[in-house]
Amino acid sequence: MVGKLLSLEWKSFTRSASFGKSLGLKIFMIFIAVYFAVMFLFMGIGLYPILKKIYPDNDPLLKLNEFILAWLAFELIFRFFMQSLPVVQIKPLLLQNIRKAKVINFVLLKSLFSFYNILPLLIYVPFAVVVAVKTDYTAVSMIGWAISVLFLSFSINFFNFLIKKKFAEDLKSFLPAIIVILALAGLEFFNIVPVSEKFGIFLNYVLEMPYLAILPIILCFLFFVWVKNTLKRKFYLDAGLKTKQKEVKSQDFEWLKRFGEVSTFLQLDMKLIWRNKRPKTTIFLSVFFLLYGLLFFTNSVYEGMPVMYVFAGIFISGVFMINFGQFVPSWDAAYYQMIMSQNIPMRKYLASKAALISFSIIILSILSTPYVYFGWNILLIIFTCALYNLGVNVPLLMFTGSFNKKRIDLEKSPFMNYQGTGAAQWLVAIPLLAVPLGIFYLFYKLFSFNIGLLVIGILGVIGILLRNYLMDRITIQYKKNKYAMIHGYKQTGD
Amino acid sequence: MITATNLSKVYNGTKVLDIDHLEIPEGQNLGLVGNNGAGKTTFFSMLLDLIRPTSGNIFNQDITVNESEDWKTFTASFIDESFLIGYLTAEEYFYFVGELRSQNRADIDSFLAQFEEFFNGEIIGRKKYLRDLSKGNQKKVGIVAALIGDPKVVILDEPFANLDPTTQIRLKKIIKDLSEISGTTVLVSSHDLIHVTEVCERIVVLDKGVIVRDLKTSEATLKELETYFSGEQIPEEFKETAEVPAAEAAADKPE
Repeated sequence: MVGKLLSLEWKSFTRSASFGKSLGLKIFMIFIAVYFAVMFLFMGIGLYPILKKIYPDNDPLLKLNEFILAWLAFELIFRFFMQSLPVVQIKPLLLQNIRKAKVINFVLLKSLFSFYNILPLLIYVPFAVVVAVKTDYTAVSMIGWAISVLFLSFSINFFNFLIKKKFAEDLKSFLPAIIVILALAGLEFFNIVPVSEKFGIFLNYVLEMPYLAILPIILCFLFFVWVKNTLKRKFYLDAGLKTKQKEVKSQDFEWLKRFGEVSTFLQLDMKLIWRNKRPKTTIFLSVFFLLYGLLFFTNSVYEGMPVMYVFAGIFISGVFMINFGQFVPSWDAAYYQMIMSQNIPMRKYLASKAALISFSIIILSILSTPYVYFGWNILLIIFTCALYNLGVNVPLLMFTGSFNKKRIDLEKSPFMNYQGTGAAQWLVAIPLLAVPLGIFYLFYKLFSFNIGLLVIGILGVIGILLRNYLMDRITIQYKKNKYAMIHGYKQTGD
Repeated sequence: MITATNLSKVYNGTKVLDIDHLEIPEGQNLGLVGNNGAGKTTFFSMLLDLIRPTSGNIFNQDITVNESEDWKTFTASFIDESFLIGYLTAEEYFYFVGELRSQNRADIDSFLAQFEEFFNGEIIGRKKYLRDLSKGNQKKVGIVAALIGDPKVVILDEPFANLDPTTQIRLKKIIKDLSEISGTTVLVSSHDLIHVTEVCERIVVLDKGVIVRDLKTSEATLKELETYFSGEQIPEEFKETAEVPAAEAAADKPE
């Protein structure tokens, strides 16, 4: 039975939408996974020497123990936002001849094999090995220590699900736990009682008496049973398996009305962005990357490399353009057939998308004015790049959008989600970033910084002047690819 | 008026639709029936220029649908849930479609008032996104949205499926009124022979993409359709005699 469930799980992984069918994407995903795994592995190996350097007077292991509780708290927060128990997946099993307990056990045990649990394994185990080899701690002590921290981490794994379940239904019943956590954090923060340090003492004892490692295992088991019982009571369609439904408030974005005939679509796009998980994060990303410039403008390394400033300029003013624009019109994939058969001329539809992206560039440019602190030069770079984005990159992205044939599920989280990503997304990065940087670099080297910037600006203005012509050409392209796009968007699996 | 000539669609060497000539006069109420894979949705999709025909053309009021977009102004349709925008509430969706058909909010509000009974209090003011509505209620939204702005041609794919009995009866009246009172051309497909014979004045039967029957609805139509479709299950040796017209039609079009 477990074998059958495992084979189901394997299929759901290899056939999942975000994993995709294309080989390139698979290789990329594997590369990313290996990259992170190796990074954590190196961190595990390197942690001991690093700690030794920072705290030359203390035993690095004992010092680490002092931080473990804080680390676990951080892990809990991280898991709370990133990790969720995939209970919805078990709905099809509800009618089948499988005992409930078995299904729940499976789901819970499966969660132990998630990426989030493998990462701590990659840190703690190498660290324990390094310590055992380099210091006087015996192998047995370190095995006990590694088991302790790992099972503490697994306890957090189950504790997180518990919080999430309780959180979803009744916050009050969980209030005591939250108060305790906040109180501990408070004691630590205001230096009243060093909670994390005290907790570390337990791990110090484990080093002396490795058999104490049984305690975290018991803790983990208790959490496991607790979650299991909670889930078992919730194993009904109207309880745990239901996705939450909130009452929704109508917003109309009436102020968009003043933008004339594209306003209908702008309103729709605003709703698209605000009401769906994946497009919504593009907004947060935009704000986040607005600060990206600090990295460039404060670092003296880049002072002699104005090309990097241009890169930052393109990025700061165009981050929404890149994140949102590269998936136009896949955002509308779910109802693309409707858009194509409704009374919407293609030209108008595309014009509204271009308008939305153009607004974002203008707004981001305005928001980036505080960068004037680093000199008028910087502001000039950003504004010129914004001009280039408006004139050249917007039509470019609209054009490459006509090759988008992959559906996007709006409600899926965007993290590590490569759904909707095809060759077009990778290829577009070249002209989008490399071309302006190359042109600037050429003219900067041949003439001067100002000439380089001027050329970029002029290209932008030419693009803006040609906007109507370009949009006509792009519309023809979209009409040509229309059937392939409709067909592609119907493929929910890919 | 809608005309299809020499219309065909081939997928991987299999002909899924093959219509020699089909003419639907203005104001006619046409029902399309056929088993799964008969080509009903394919035909509708071609009429809406969502699928490109392998050969032939469809004209909607003399406009070639895959050459000009002008037919969009007077044609409305509901094929399936993928025609709904999941993150809008029902009202927002109606207003959105209304704006596309140059109807303001007041127009839409008064338009929706006449469907109060049809909605049965489950659509308007429910503060739910369309994606959270039940299949039946989603269908109601889609069908009513397709009637906004007095379109001259209305295309509904399987409108009766997933609806509760009361709503089915109400929908039948709505569809009948459309062609009788407003003179709208209505194209409906259905698996339910009783509904379709009650609603439509003309019934076209498709089988594997070929028109095998083209009937003007009368008292005898339901019986005839039932005989035809039960004939499909007759063992192979009897089939040839039972299905002469189908065989003839197929013989006309060797693949």
